[in-house]
Amino acid sequence: MLIAKKSFNSRLIVGTGKYKSMSECAKAIKLSGADIVTVAVRRVNITDKKKPLLMDYIDPKKITYLPNTAGCFNSKEALRTLRLARDIGGWKLVKLEVLGDKQNLFPEMIETLKSTEILAKEGFKVMVYCNDDPLMAKRLENSGASAIMPLAAPIGSGLGILNKVNIKIIRSQIKLPLIIDAGLGQASDATIAMELGCDGVLVNTAIAKAKKPFEMALAFKNAVLAGRQSYLSGRIEKTLMGKPSSPTKGII
Amino acid sequence: MKKIKKIKIKLNGKIKLIPENSKILTLLNDLNIPIKKVAIELNQEILDKKKLNKIKIKNKDRIEIVHFIGGG
Repeated sequence: MLIAKKSFNSRLIVGTGKYKSMSECAKAIKLSGADIVTVAVRRVNITDKKKPLLMDYIDPKKITYLPNTAGCFNSKEALRTLRLARDIGGWKLVKLEVLGDKQNLFPEMIETLKSTEILAKEGFKVMVYCNDDPLMAKRLENSGASAIMPLAAPIGSGLGILNKVNIKIIRSQIKLPLIIDAGLGQASDATIAMELGCDGVLVNTAIAKAKKPFEMALAFKNAVLAGRQSYLSGRIEKTLMGKPSSPTKGII
Repeated sequence: MKKIKKIKIKLNGKIKLIPENSKILTLLNDLNIPIKKVAIELNQEILDKKKLNKIKIKNKDRIEIVHFIGGG
């Protein structure tokens, strides 16, 4: 997968939130085969210095950290967060996520578009979380985004891809990497995303909150591979009536 | 011995008393902050890490120290 001229081995991007522990998170990431992980920018805990650090468990030299603006509800907050993220270690590849509603967690697209333009001008490579809206996806592509990341369903909902048609339209109209972000519930959802022609998927909750996160990480890894292969293989046409698989000639 | 005057700052949203004329670098070292793994903001301006030993903290300054944690 090629994002902002950088090549990545895996088409699966995983989040690092919601795990029981840092070691569980690190092991799940390893099993998923992902080479990009999303991370959040938060205040350092000044009082509890013994708290484990993410960087001690997931080596940013081996796995690409994708700083995310989760929890930001306007452009100002998102820009501040990503500028800080860049300062931590020179990260320019970032995920922009500006939310508009605390309950449904849908993206606030006006603020998202505004932020994308500013960040692109500042030299950021912006992967943009957005609605599954073909027009908005096009606007983002024209505003200097590095990847378009439409939601499958609300963040953490596990509902899977709700609007496959929109995703297909977006795919046919944009050239940038298209990555399904948010709302996947099980491995087969990732396969569907890949079969629709997406370049990758981003998963957090479906792995972190599965009863067996390690097994689910592996399932997602295989699901993405299967979906991509299926997409590239070219599926058969859909027909209303049946067509026999065995020759009709020579029936006794 | 002359008593060192203290100033009041806001560090990561919490009020903290520190000695007057403290430098940012001294504060970070006192708190055992791994400087390479964080970003530091002084009154909403990101600080150049090379200049931390030159910047004096003033009364009512707001300092934010952030790092990466798990997230989606």
